[in-house]
Amino acid sequence: MSIDYSQKIPNNVNLNDDRRLQRALENWQPNYLKWWDDLGPNGSTDYDVYLRTAVSVDPKGWAHFEHVKMPDYRWGIFLTPVEGERQINFGQHKGEAAWQEVPGEYRGELRRLIVTQGDTEPASVEQQRALGKTCPSLYDLRNLFQVNVEEGRHLWAMVYLLHAHFGRDGREEADEMLERHSGDPDKPRILQAFNEETPDWLSFFMFTFFTDRDGKYQLASLAESGFDPLARSCRFMLTEEAHHMFVGESGVGRVIKRACEIMRDNKTDDVRAYGGIELELLQKYLNFHFSVSVDLFGQELSTNAANFYNMGLKGRYQETKIDDNHSLHDDSYIVSEIKGDVIGTTEAPALTAINERLRDDYIADCQLGVNRWNKIIQKLGIDFELTIPHRAFHRGIGSFSSINATPDGKIISQAEWEARQDEWLPSNEDREYVLSLMAPVTEPGKMANWIAAPDRGINNQAPEFEYVRFN
Amino acid sequence: MELQRQHLIDPAICIRCNTCEEACPIDAITHNDLNYVVDFDKCESCMHCISPCPTGAIDSWRAVAKPWSVEEQLTWDDLPDDQEGDAVEEEDVDREIVAMFDVAEGKDRAKIIPPKTAPKPKLHLYSRNKPAKAVVAGNYRITDKDSDTDIRHIVLDFGATSFPVLEGQSIGILPPGEDEKGKPHHIRLYSIASPRDGERPNRNNLALTIKRVVDGDIKGVGSNYMCDLKKGDEVLVTGPFGQTFLMPDHPEANIIMVATGTGAAPMRAMTMRRQRVHPDAPGKLMLFLGARTPGDQPYFGPLKKLPKEFIDVNLSFSRMADQPKEYVQDRMHKEGEKLAELLKSNNTYVYICGLKGMEKGVEESFAGVCAARGLDWPSLEAEMKESGRYHVETY
Repeated sequence: MSIDYSQKIPNNVNLNDDRRLQRALENWQPNYLKWWDDLGPNGSTDYDVYLRTAVSVDPKGWAHFEHVKMPDYRWGIFLTPVEGERQINFGQHKGEAAWQEVPGEYRGELRRLIVTQGDTEPASVEQQRALGKTCPSLYDLRNLFQVNVEEGRHLWAMVYLLHAHFGRDGREEADEMLERHSGDPDKPRILQAFNEETPDWLSFFMFTFFTDRDGKYQLASLAESGFDPLARSCRFMLTEEAHHMFVGESGVGRVIKRACEIMRDNKTDDVRAYGGIELELLQKYLNFHFSVSVDLFGQELSTNAANFYNMGLKGRYQETKIDDNHSLHDDSYIVSEIKGDVIGTTEAPALTAINERLRDDYIADCQLGVNRWNKIIQKLGIDFELTIPHRAFHRGIGSFSSINATPDGKIISQAEWEARQDEWLPSNEDREYVLSLMAPVTEPGKMANWIAAPDRGINNQAPEFEYVRFN
Repeated sequence: MELQRQHLIDPAICIRCNTCEEACPIDAITHNDLNYVVDFDKCESCMHCISPCPTGAIDSWRAVAKPWSVEEQLTWDDLPDDQEGDAVEEEDVDREIVAMFDVAEGKDRAKIIPPKTAPKPKLHLYSRNKPAKAVVAGNYRITDKDSDTDIRHIVLDFGATSFPVLEGQSIGILPPGEDEKGKPHHIRLYSIASPRDGERPNRNNLALTIKRVVDGDIKGVGSNYMCDLKKGDEVLVTGPFGQTFLMPDHPEANIIMVATGTGAAPMRAMTMRRQRVHPDAPGKLMLFLGARTPGDQPYFGPLKKLPKEFIDVNLSFSRMADQPKEYVQDRMHKEGEKLAELLKSNNTYVYICGLKGMEKGVEESFAGVCAARGLDWPSLEAEMKESGRYHVETY
């Protein structure tokens, strides 16, 4: 099925057939563009950026690359095509036909899920809006902008669901997506992690690796939803999300590589003396971004999450590939908990532990990425290993938010935490150092000194390809 | 042993996002905690996985005598090289081809070296005794229908067989049947007209530019065989051949191309390569092509569409009713200023391809252009040849 680009809003959902919906979205579109202008990437309106635009929803539709101005990017509504008679695959409605309309009894829950997901998309664009001014290369600048336009399209995907299926409430929610702003004291974004500024490119790479990976797991669980339009929207979004994972994993990997090259070539441990970012500091950034991202999975035990599962609204990661009865009523799941002054485990009902299970899947995936980073270090002959901190470390949500723990999971006093937190998290001085490295490099093919060149260009382009033209 | 082309995923670049596994309609992609891999026995090369991949890791191909198993791939940290030992045995090397190259590349052949930044070409992977099979994917006439010159653009698809080539290389074709003495026909050599990654990117195919040779009642065996092929016909192919007439890979290289007739083939390959990977390269492309009329000029239409800032195209025609005759040599003199400017740079590479007779005239033009501007052509020519920057292939 191809995407209809002749219309004002490109889509593969036959928007033409629903004049009321089409008009509602056409009314929202100018507000969206105004928001992009006001709070999207700073001063970028006139740049020609080498972007990948999905031109159809089949696999080959991803092959379209060209230089475009970002406000002209073809944001639109793309859903993975319907697969035969899709069924609900879990919870109390398992085996029933998937819903094409919102079931009345779950209206509130579904709206909340969609709004929470949708709110993160423009939020991250806002968080990253100043980064363009300090890009380490044109290649990276292009990747940032690609991430930004795709987050914008994800907002479109969620806004479409709200407009198409939630009537007036949905339209109001869609408007509010553009009224809340990241870090705004009066109208902040819903989730706290999306109210922090992304101040530098190391934070951006860490954010796309850790925080966007939360997005991947949330989208993957929503892609299992019994509400078919939501499932198909999220399925399509996952391919875009994969690009964000790539920017994070390869971005941090290149900073690591550069640090190791400095150490090897100059036979030194003093990476800062050569303008690089030392591995110990990368570990601190990792600790920070990992801990704030695991918070996004919510409480370890949650009746809300259990209800969403039971109702068939949000499944587990790769639900249909799991070999069990997909109801979880009699099952249990091992959950970490505080036992006196140590952290132990306990058996909890699998249904209420659904958040924790998704967090476990996420942590395992993070670990695989960190293993890759360690391979880079190993290959360059450096004796150092990056590690993922214990899940109890530096938490703001869930049972561990009440204690202080070291990265290896030992509970410590508040006084010890205060005395030692700079060993584990970036100190103000660390952050200032990283900020001091952020000077723009915009000559094609050139890289900032603190980051290695990528192994392969976007769409196999040569290293000196002009990914962004500033005009 | 016939080499096969195996689809692999580069583990050093892959981020295990599962997009390819999701995109594969026949579950030919699988993974463990370390790697995502393609099962050689299942993959049907439908390419559904290629463009959704965010990293490009999926777009990896290797020539293999024995395909890598899923189990082997799952343990890799890096991609292996192409499997070596893949050329045919010494006694199977086609001597007739070696002799043909001695003629094509001229008497100084032993001294000629390829450009420093050209990749190492594969040679003699297939021979008369062990040819590769290709299937005709297309055969189009590219000269005007009322022209008496019938030049064709023929695309050969190698399916699952690995046939790695570089721009400027040639392949051999085995025409079926025997000559009047009852011997198999000689191998026909044709220059490849498409870039290394295929006539279309990542299709395992290549293009040829072939002129039908008819002289009175005598019809050329090889050219008529090739020009008469239909889509789906099978062709026996040898090669690849040619180790010096190769293009430099660095984008700063200026490339001067001079050709007549089907000599346009390698120039097309090099131009397409540059356009695919370095469309904004700082190096300049300058092309001189000669034909009798526009209707006789292979690729006349597509050449017209190339942007001026990408390539400086100079066409000369020797049989135009309303114009004086112009040969490539004449045109080179007219563009002498630009040519001399390029020749001054030690980043400039010259390629000449066409009928044997043109070589001398082109050399004289270079000499004339230089002499008029105080450049010492004889020493420049010698220096260019020694440094792999001057290449001739005539027939």
